[in-house]
Amino acid sequence: MHKETLNARRLLCPLPVIRTQDKVKQLKAGDQLEVICTDPGVMQDIPAWCRINGHKVLETTSRNHEYIIILEVGA
Amino acid sequence: MSKQRKAVALISGGLDSMLAAKTVMEQGVHVEGINFFTGFCVEGHTHAIREKDKAKPKRNNSLWVAEQLGIKLHIVDVIEEYKNVLINPKHGYGSHMNPCLDCKIFMVNKAKQWIVENDFDFIITGEVIGQRPMSQSKSKMPIVAKQSGADDLLLRPLCAKNLPLTLPELEGWVDREKLHDITGRSRKPQMAMAEQFGFDDYAQPAGGCCFLTDKYYSAKLVDLWKSQGSKDYELDDVMLLKVGRHIRPQANFKLIVAREEGEGRFLHGYKKDFISMNCSSHPGPLVLLDGSPSAEDLYLAARITARYSQGRDAEQVDIIVANPDGSERTLQVKPLKKEEMLKEWHI
Ligand code: SF4
Repeated sequence: MHKETLNARRLLCPLPVIRTQDKVKQLKAGDQLEVICTDPGVMQDIPAWCRINGHKVLETTSRNHEYIIILEVGA
Repeated sequence: MSKQRKAVALISGGLDSMLAAKTVMEQGVHVEGINFFTGFCVEGHTHAIREKDKAKPKRNNSLWVAEQLGIKLHIVDVIEEYKNVLINPKHGYGSHMNPCLDCKIFMVNKAKQWIVENDFDFIITGEVIGQRPMSQSKSKMPIVAKQSGADDLLLRPLCAKNLPLTLPELEGWVDREKLHDITGRSRKPQMAMAEQFGFDDYAQPAGGCCFLTDKYYSAKLVDLWKSQGSKDYELDDVMLLKVGRHIRPQANFKLIVAREEGEGRFLHGYKKDFISMNCSSHPGPLVLLDGSPSAEDLYLAARITARYSQGRDAEQVDIIVANPDGSERTLQVKPLKKEEMLKEWHI
């Protein structure tokens, strides 16, 4: 399993979603992506984007005004 | 068995595009959504910035629509390419800085490129004849189809019966009889359809899908172009126009004053790019200075910053002036009086 991190700090929605989408395109099913953001809107938008496109959110956390989402790329 | 046809629907997050996509899905066509991010979209952004909007978590309506429809959504960053649409609109602007007709042509053209690359058959939009005076009049519909290069691959299911036949209808990929003939500004037919499909809680944006239809936002954009002497912008400029109070006491600089904590936090992220000010003797907002203020201008800016602090009635307040490199100094100033704050400074 391959894991990558995406720095989406300072971007406002929907840009973190767009960057996530573009990164996921380069990954394979089963790979994991950790997205680090500062816009709290991602806590809604990235999980919604994952549900629509068949990816799985493994973890969401927030600390010190940062929001971190780990997702697993679907088939 | 005949091949299942595939269509891409332009999804704005509003009701019309949702109904248009649903109408075609009902006919057995495989539909996926596409949404273009120009940098001016109402979705996200200021809602994410301003504290007061946090009580109701803000959803992204395009994602919400796609989820309700059970379709994939492709969000495309068109920030760079959109500049040419906004800066040089062939068909001009609407009532504010909204180049709606050129914008539609641009988006349908992008969708056309997308269907070619992704082996889809046609394009769907939620346009309704007569809904918006400039870009959705009956005479403008063929302009969008033609100038975008989509021609008869562009289907508008909500008003298709009032328009010439398109390829999906001619080829029998969709049944024209099951499409609609909605015209005008009344929202009743759409609301009835929404009810029939069981859609509720859909978004009803008041002024359209982007900030360019907003009078105040447009004024700030025009001011930006005038002050820099050219019609150009970067994404950060566009973002900053959405945030704070913008005050231009002189042609060479303006102040961006945070209106509340959320905006202050957002503007804080730009301290490395701008001179910033804040009051240290009293509570007050963070202020960014855009432009090239002289030493004298800094003094005026500090007095304005003081005016927005809780020390506005004090004889003297301390204002910290921070440079982008982090170096700081403190100015002691007398806050500007209410009558000294000229109305025309407010952009
Ligand atoms: S309102 Fe904005 S996004 Fe919508 S068509 Fe007009 S310019 Fe384009």
